[in-house]
Amino acid sequence: MKKSRQKNTAAVNSKLIRRPIQRWFALFLLPTFAAFCIGFLYPFLKGLYLSFCKFTTTSNAKWIGLANYRKALADASFMHAFWYTALVAATSLIVINVLAFFVAYALTRGIKGSNVFRGVFFMPNLIGGIVLGYIWSMIFDGILKRYGTSIVLSTTYGYWGLIILMSWQQIGYMMIIYIAGLQSVPTDMIEAAQIDGANGWQTLAHITIPTVMPSITICSFLTLTNSFKLFDQNMVLNGGQPFVFRPDGTIIKSTEMLALNIYNTFYLNSNSRGVGQAKAVLFFILVAAIALVQLRATHTKEVQQ
Amino acid sequence: MKKEQRIKNALSVLFTLICIAYMLPIVIVLFNSFKTNASINTSTFALPNGDTFVGWANYQNGLTVGEYPFLKSAGYSFMITILSSALILLCTSMAAWYISRVNDAFSKVVYYLCVFSMVVPFQMVMFTLAKTAHTLHLDKPWTIPVIYLGFGAGLAVFMFTGFVKGIPLEIEEAAAIDGCGALRTFFLVVFPMLKPILISVGVLEIMWVWNDYIQYLQGSYGHVDLGAVMALIMMSIIPIIIFYLSCQKHIISGVTAGAVKG
Repeated sequence: MKKSRQKNTAAVNSKLIRRPIQRWFALFLLPTFAAFCIGFLYPFLKGLYLSFCKFTTTSNAKWIGLANYRKALADASFMHAFWYTALVAATSLIVINVLAFFVAYALTRGIKGSNVFRGVFFMPNLIGGIVLGYIWSMIFDGILKRYGTSIVLSTTYGYWGLIILMSWQQIGYMMIIYIAGLQSVPTDMIEAAQIDGANGWQTLAHITIPTVMPSITICSFLTLTNSFKLFDQNMVLNGGQPFVFRPDGTIIKSTEMLALNIYNTFYLNSNSRGVGQAKAVLFFILVAAIALVQLRATHTKEVQQ
Repeated sequence: MKKEQRIKNALSVLFTLICIAYMLPIVIVLFNSFKTNASINTSTFALPNGDTFVGWANYQNGLTVGEYPFLKSAGYSFMITILSSALILLCTSMAAWYISRVNDAFSKVVYYLCVFSMVVPFQMVMFTLAKTAHTLHLDKPWTIPVIYLGFGAGLAVFMFTGFVKGIPLEIEEAAAIDGCGALRTFFLVVFPMLKPILISVGVLEIMWVWNDYIQYLQGSYGHVDLGAVMALIMMSIIPIIIFYLSCQKHIISGVTAGAVKG
């Protein structure tokens, strides 16, 4: 019965709705599609093609096959940037999510001023990455100057500085997602647990956290992709400094992340643009792979529920 | 019960302190924007005093110094933000409606390409997009909204399509039976129903374009004049803070909508 009704609406749909809209293709879909081709599709395909070429500008490209990829993978600074990015991603994943979860947990207890607190935590999220970099490099240098050092002189300070910056920026955002998750935890379940004698920690560990698992998955992947794509903050905060000069002539920028490494390969030396584009393709594959894993993880979670 | 209330009060006090600390970076920028360059460098955390206070001089420098005086570039940023966001909202909501209602092979391809574009990092197209925009003269203040539309279409089409799929067809059928063509059906019947998602996407795009465009102008000042940089940071944050305070609820739900749906 239900099926035949659905079929029926679909038929009405095609006659009454579909045809008249299709006639207006040039108005409804074409502008977005044309802009999409200019602003994304063509640059993407051209970028893919250029990764197999030697070029300094788009007009003098010469096909050289996989040479760019070989150079990219043999580049010690690229490999260093990859591992450094992975380290930053892992640390920020834990720090941001643990802090954001507990802030959200505390702010859903019905304490006075919760709304103001939420507003304050969320605000840094609206500030652009370059401005964030300027603000924090000033603050860190203001502190480190007293000890005769600077954020650009130390890998350790550069690393933790970036983690602090990212936490300040992202905790509020993740907190909002966790609050939404926590508010969907049924109160009768918590009450039942309390009647059964569960204490605060037991309720949190056995009821609250399992129920907000979908939020935890979303936030974990969000912090992960945010870290992998991080660029502006990295460039402005310390620009990858301090640099290490290896005996064989290569320069390792000790706090340089993947996106900045690609940018530098492009614009510091116009002869290595092909390698830069190849790195960008590898970077894209990495980010897309994370997104695919995320898609599968969230889908299996939905099935379980 | 009493114990619980005491804990809540303690938490309230604790969070008040944490939130004050959380706002400190912006407060520090604020009072540094009234100090001399030398004192920003030597005593970053000191309040301005008789010797170091320079009044609005940094703001004056920020407004006039550099290749692009701030007022002019802020005006451009403002215009570009409004224009791009309006263009994105109008075009992508129309496209999303077309995609979900026509649902033929071509619209499916466009939809999946849009979803695909969301996972592509900017570095992948950084070089070629700049070249394409330059060749087509789409890098001028009046034409750059087309680029924002193209690069921002993915997320917007994705969010709009998800929303349109949830709108019952019967309403549009009724409109069609009453003699509405596609144009009137969309603009008089469907578009008003999109209000909540229009706000979400609008907020996302406004934040994106404003931050994206204005920061690069600031970047051109570099570390030359710290006082002016502080003043510029304040001048670019203040519009955001005003925007935020005036519609905090919409902004929070808008900015997070993309993530939760994605």
